[in-house]
Amino acid sequence: MGKSIKIKKGLDIRLVGEAEKVTVSPDSVDSVVIRPTDFHALVPKCLVNPGDVVKAGTPLFYSKKHPEIQFCSPVSGEVAEVVRGAKRKLLAIRILADRETSYVQAAVPQTESASAEEIIAALCSNGLWPYIKQRPFDVIANPNAKPKAIFISAFDSSPLAPDMDFALQGYGPEFQKGIDALARIAPVNLSVHTSRTKSEIFLKAKNVQLHTVSGPHPSGNVGVQIHHISPINKGEVVWTVNPQDVVIIGRLFTENRYNALRVVALTGSEVTRRRYAKVITGVPLRSLLNDNLNHENNIRIINGNVLTGNTEPADGNLGFYDSQVTVIPEGHEPELFGWALPGFGKFSMNHSFFSWLAPGKKYTLNTNMHGEERAFVVSGEYEKVFPMNIFPVYLLKSILANDIERMEELGIYEVAPEDFALCEFVCTSKIETQQIVREGLDLVMSETE
Amino acid sequence: MEKKLEPSFKEGGKLHKFWPLYDGFATFLFVPGHVTHKGVHVRDSIDLKRTMSVVIMALIPCLLFGMYNTGYQHFLALGQTPELGASFLYGLIKVLPIVVVSYAVGLGIEFAFCIIKKHTISEGYLVSGILIPLVMPADIPLWMVALAAAFAVIIGKEIFGGTGMNILNVALVARAFLFFAYPTYMSGDMWVSMDQRKGYEVVKEGLVDGYTGSTLLGQAADASFGGSFKNVAGADISNVFSDAFFGFIPGSIGETSALACLIGAAILIFTGIGSWRVIVSTFAGAYAMGFIFNLVAGDNIYMAMPAHYHLVFGGLAFGAVFMATDPVSAAQTNVGKIIYGFGIGMFAVIIRVVNPAYPEGVMLAILFFNVMAPIIDYFVVQSNIKKRVKRFKLASNGVK
Repeated sequence: MGKSIKIKKGLDIRLVGEAEKVTVSPDSVDSVVIRPTDFHALVPKCLVNPGDVVKAGTPLFYSKKHPEIQFCSPVSGEVAEVVRGAKRKLLAIRILADRETSYVQAAVPQTESASAEEIIAALCSNGLWPYIKQRPFDVIANPNAKPKAIFISAFDSSPLAPDMDFALQGYGPEFQKGIDALARIAPVNLSVHTSRTKSEIFLKAKNVQLHTVSGPHPSGNVGVQIHHISPINKGEVVWTVNPQDVVIIGRLFTENRYNALRVVALTGSEVTRRRYAKVITGVPLRSLLNDNLNHENNIRIINGNVLTGNTEPADGNLGFYDSQVTVIPEGHEPELFGWALPGFGKFSMNHSFFSWLAPGKKYTLNTNMHGEERAFVVSGEYEKVFPMNIFPVYLLKSILANDIERMEELGIYEVAPEDFALCEFVCTSKIETQQIVREGLDLVMSETE
Repeated sequence: MEKKLEPSFKEGGKLHKFWPLYDGFATFLFVPGHVTHKGVHVRDSIDLKRTMSVVIMALIPCLLFGMYNTGYQHFLALGQTPELGASFLYGLIKVLPIVVVSYAVGLGIEFAFCIIKKHTISEGYLVSGILIPLVMPADIPLWMVALAAAFAVIIGKEIFGGTGMNILNVALVARAFLFFAYPTYMSGDMWVSMDQRKGYEVVKEGLVDGYTGSTLLGQAADASFGGSFKNVAGADISNVFSDAFFGFIPGSIGETSALACLIGAAILIFTGIGSWRVIVSTFAGAYAMGFIFNLVAGDNIYMAMPAHYHLVFGGLAFGAVFMATDPVSAAQTNVGKIIYGFGIGMFAVIIRVVNPAYPEGVMLAILFFNVMAPIIDYFVVQSNIKKRVKRFKLASNGVK
């Protein structure tokens, strides 16, 4: 029997701009971009040159530290551009896509009989390994590590998040195949939400330990689930995979090819037709947002959600892991006596603005900071949105002090930056907690590896 | 205006060293148009200015009632009928200058420090500036207010690094400074406002016969206390609890009305700005200690005083709601806050009842637990760490 987890602490940020449950397939794209910068702490080694012809599944670059981890092209076509930055750092590879995608035929083992090593080797050489991330450190998993378990969250609770039930509609066999493959490596834990998750793809999944989770965001964060199911001790490793990426992994074993098709939710108050789109990793955002924005200027396009996503220019591309694009207004306008007004229309966790009079209202939030950064003053507010048995402010302070021993004591191995996103959102002092946690994880990672 | 002025304050501008001052005023007028860069793309609407202004709103009932009661006690001492308008006006004239001096001196010093240290101006003093007058007697000389505010800002806060870094509650540092530096001005007969004083001494001429200027706690701590409390006119108070609850008793300007404090507490708790854990546990601690004294009282009249009197007498309610809850100097952990509040309540009553030198113990109790707060938190955090270490040991022994 799996666990039943009740999350009480948390916050659902009620935003305008949820995607309608309609899936569209945009016209075939002319190019995709794969960026090593989507993978934290990766040192890439480039394998292709402009002019090279690649298939979907042809390696583009690999990890210098773990050369077996290959990053493959999701489309077939011609390498148009290899973008490098300072010190020749590899930033992006742009590929002109063929009209019809031709795939590298992958030799894959049978999931029923394969050993863990064979599954891992197949995932690494066919470009699927990057979908498997590890805790601690929230980076691409080390294929040589022995994880105690693999965790999958069947729902995304972040603001305007795609409905995974809907996104995976019709992909049940692939999802199950992906689970079967992963289960050869380590026990798979799947967490479903008590009210959000209704799809049988999740509820009837086999080969998994099924857990139920209730409550607001961050109940869908896999880190929160791990913390309550089987917290990570020093020296232990667990792996995490997103449900859509499990489907892509499953396709390797059903279609014998790297097919990075995913369903992406177009969300946010500034998107005109908010829908789900079936696209390949790395497509230009133009193909999703052309003639689909309420304003062309003074908007922010985000790969991912408003809490953990990355800002992307209008001519940018979908990120490797993203199942969501959010577009919200920028907030450059100063507001006269903004801090003193009653604030009927201002979203806030607590009741200091009169917006508490309208409890169900949805908000169009812009990117304004609503104040300036300050020292830690207010206590207890992170705890209201941080459902782990960890003292968030003490952990942050130990990170700011570069005290690795203290970080370990306070639970650094159990957290990822995304787990602190709500703390950052509610912070009165406007402290960038995700950045602090990332730096702390990087420091511990550099000392332990 | 902003566009015209800003360049001269920016890096390289003529007035760059006054940037903190410019920034302070500009952000007071406008919530700046700064946008998120890294991390979350949207932010909660709250900031420190909002937080502080909610606390000030919560203090308004205490301030208004304090003004009224200043006049009320004054006219009572003169043997006149205290009328609402006249009492309030008298109090307004007495209290307003104290507030003005407190803000002028405190903010002035704060601005100076920000310019010297090139910090942006923080909002901490907005609350301290109103708390300081509320814990003073109405007749406090203004130069003392100025001195206390200066001492509190410099020694209480800025030497530790400014807002968010102080160990002790800033307003209580101001009060403690005066309490120990000028004890005669902070005790005895100071609690009722008079037109005429010689220093701290009341000129008794014109006062009603039987006048007594001491607070209820002062009376209770007096060796000659017979069990019945008297008002300033020397008459027995028929319903002590209700008078003290509503606040028609002598005391510091803002502390007398438990009701006004409770209104403030309701605002702080409802908005989520003040910690209910601290407020509730402080009252609980005081009641528990009062109750314990009741049990062991014997023929000690003060110990036998009903425990719930402690909650409405003196500054306990005010301290519990506005001083103990200061998030910077209080315990930071949720469990720690309960221990911290409970300790404040208990110690406040112990000091009141057992220590004859200090009829009021709330200030000292809070300051003491300000100092103890990090130790309380240390043990709370340590227990969390121990659990993690234990789990680690079990895991490495192969037990799941």
